[in-house]
Amino acid sequence: MATKHSRAAARLMISPAVLLLLGWMIVPLAMTLYFSFLRYNLLMPGMEEWTGFLNYQYFLTDPAFIASLINTLLLVGGVLIITIIGGILLALLLDQPFFGQGIVRILVIAPFFVMPTVSALVWKNMFLNPVNGLFAHVAHFFGLPAYDFLAQAPLASIIGIVAWQWLPFATLILLTALQSLDQEQLEAAEMDGASPVSRFFHIMLPHLARAITVVVLIQTIFLLSIFAEILVTTNGGPGVASTNLTYLIYVQSLLQFDVGGGSAGGVVAIILANIVAIFLMRMIGKNLEA
Amino acid sequence: MGKITLEKVQKKFGDVEVIPPLDLTINDGEFVVFVGPSGCGKSTLLRLIAGLEDVSGGQIRIDGEDATGMPPAKRGLAMVFQSYALYPHMSVRKNIAFPMRMAGLSEAEQKKRIDAAAHALNLTDYLDRKPGQLSGGQRQRVAIGRAIVREPSAFLFDEPLSNLDAALRVNMRLEISELHQTLKTTMVYVTHDQVEAMTMADKIVVLRAGHIEQVGSPLDLYRHPDNRFVAGFIGSPKMNFIEGPRAHAEQAHALGIRPEHIDLSQTPVQGAIEGRVGVSEHLGSDTFAHVHSEEVGQINVRVAGDIDVHAGDTVWLSPQPQNLHRFDEAGLALR
Ligand SMILES: Nc1ncnc2c1ncn2[C@@H]1O[C@H](COP(=O)(O)OP(=O)(O)OP(=O)(O)O)[C@@H](O)[C@H]1O
Ligand SMILES: [Mg+2]
Repeated sequence: MATKHSRAAARLMISPAVLLLLGWMIVPLAMTLYFSFLRYNLLMPGMEEWTGFLNYQYFLTDPAFIASLINTLLLVGGVLIITIIGGILLALLLDQPFFGQGIVRILVIAPFFVMPTVSALVWKNMFLNPVNGLFAHVAHFFGLPAYDFLAQAPLASIIGIVAWQWLPFATLILLTALQSLDQEQLEAAEMDGASPVSRFFHIMLPHLARAITVVVLIQTIFLLSIFAEILVTTNGGPGVASTNLTYLIYVQSLLQFDVGGGSAGGVVAIILANIVAIFLMRMIGKNLEA
Repeated sequence: MGKITLEKVQKKFGDVEVIPPLDLTINDGEFVVFVGPSGCGKSTLLRLIAGLEDVSGGQIRIDGEDATGMPPAKRGLAMVFQSYALYPHMSVRKNIAFPMRMAGLSEAEQKKRIDAAAHALNLTDYLDRKPGQLSGGQRQRVAIGRAIVREPSAFLFDEPLSNLDAALRVNMRLEISELHQTLKTTMVYVTHDQVEAMTMADKIVVLRAGHIEQVGSPLDLYRHPDNRFVAGFIGSPKMNFIEGPRAHAEQAHALGIRPEHIDLSQTPVQGAIEGRVGVSEHLGSDTFAHVHSEEVGQINVRVAGDIDVHAGDTVWLSPQPQNLHRFDEAGLALR
């Protein structure tokens, strides 16, 4: 799209799609905003009244809010770190020629096809359970007391479960990126005297930068709104130890029937997501430029 | 120093023997060109020397030292790849500096060598650009620059000019030849273009299916090809081969005569081959005439550009007897 004329035409052509998407987004957003300024409790229908910023005040001063905010960031950050590092290592491994490569690749991708609720339940009951779980059996085998993961380290356990789900996604994207690396570049680096480690840091990692950026951006979008895994494993507890922002909003609006407070939380979550997005684009967005 | 010796070097991919055991000596300071048709194992041989492939048998010596099991970086050789293999995320300066950084050279020394290489290769204005912002010829020069700064004992080139257009190729050919004259470093150069081989080489190695068919200076191969394959491969346009009674009269199975060694006459000549001109290509300085004859089939002739030959003309061709090559049934030259 080089000329002024073709650029103008392009804008005209995409405008219907942009308008449709805008409307699609604006309506629920406007309703959430509207509700967030109402005193709106499901136990008292028909009693809605304007309260100004009171809902926000309650939500933001709730001690659970700060805890859930930190949990949200820890959850996103922890899963990102595990999936990126694990994904790179797995991709490097899967890129090597070995016997049964095809089957192993399919096995690695498999967790991604398991629904979040199902995988969380499987983890909760078959692995992490302090009585029947596989890890408890392993601990007993070594003569150690069983560790109650979901009670002792609830957030870390959820990070583990979610990371397990997203590792295949990261691996897949990073593997395809790795395979698109020109072999002659690696050979040239080898001739230039680069050790395997410097080849990784000087040639492979810069080549993977764009793929890593894509993984970080896409995963962040989904990880900010993790919900099912928390609901079926810890219910946000003990206390608020594994409550993230999404779960807090759910508690507010559907367990405490406070739609107004929940909506205020929703608006806060949107603002938070945008702050994270701006932060990310500042940090790694330049990797996406051609 | 850059003397490379191959002793019984052999390469198999699985069960396929791509290079049967082969001996070759590349002397210090020599410009050696490997030529041969596509798939004959030129790149494989070069990669064996570089250490990017493991040999299946035999020994590679560099300056007398056994280098067979040495990793590529230890061999002191630099390679220029067909695809240039520049590092796309690094600027030209960083690309050229990379091997020196890996070798742990001081910043000052790095800068000195980069500036010298950039000056020699006309890259000074482009040092801060990324490879993606350079033309093909400039990328080629960066790849060469990256090889030069290592001060290797020998350069390995794998078809470095094949991605360039014809005019640029002629230029770069000259630049590489000049580079060889100034550096006096051993160069091993792979190409399937026999013009590049003829113009650049001190020594040409003609390969076919992994076998060395002949080793010699360009003019040596041109004047005294050992067999029909080399005779047909070296020289452009290709040598004509004549079989049948005319060859038997010379006690040979086949005669070879280059297009430039045939006298063309437009009036009947005693004992000459009579034929009709099919296509004639006028290049100005020369004219290539493709002549069909009843007696020996198609013959290509090269005549001076001022001689008028046109399609449909009847002509008489007499091969110059002193330039005839004679071959036996197996295709070997008879001398
Ligand atoms: N990794 C490999 N595995 C199996 N066979 C290979 C491999 N690399 C090369 N070959 C085979 O070895 C032969 C020689 O290949 P090579 O690349 O050396 O040819 P070349 O002379 O460089 O040809 P070109 O002029 O087309 O580059 C070919 O028949 C090729 O199919
Ligand atoms: Mg090749």
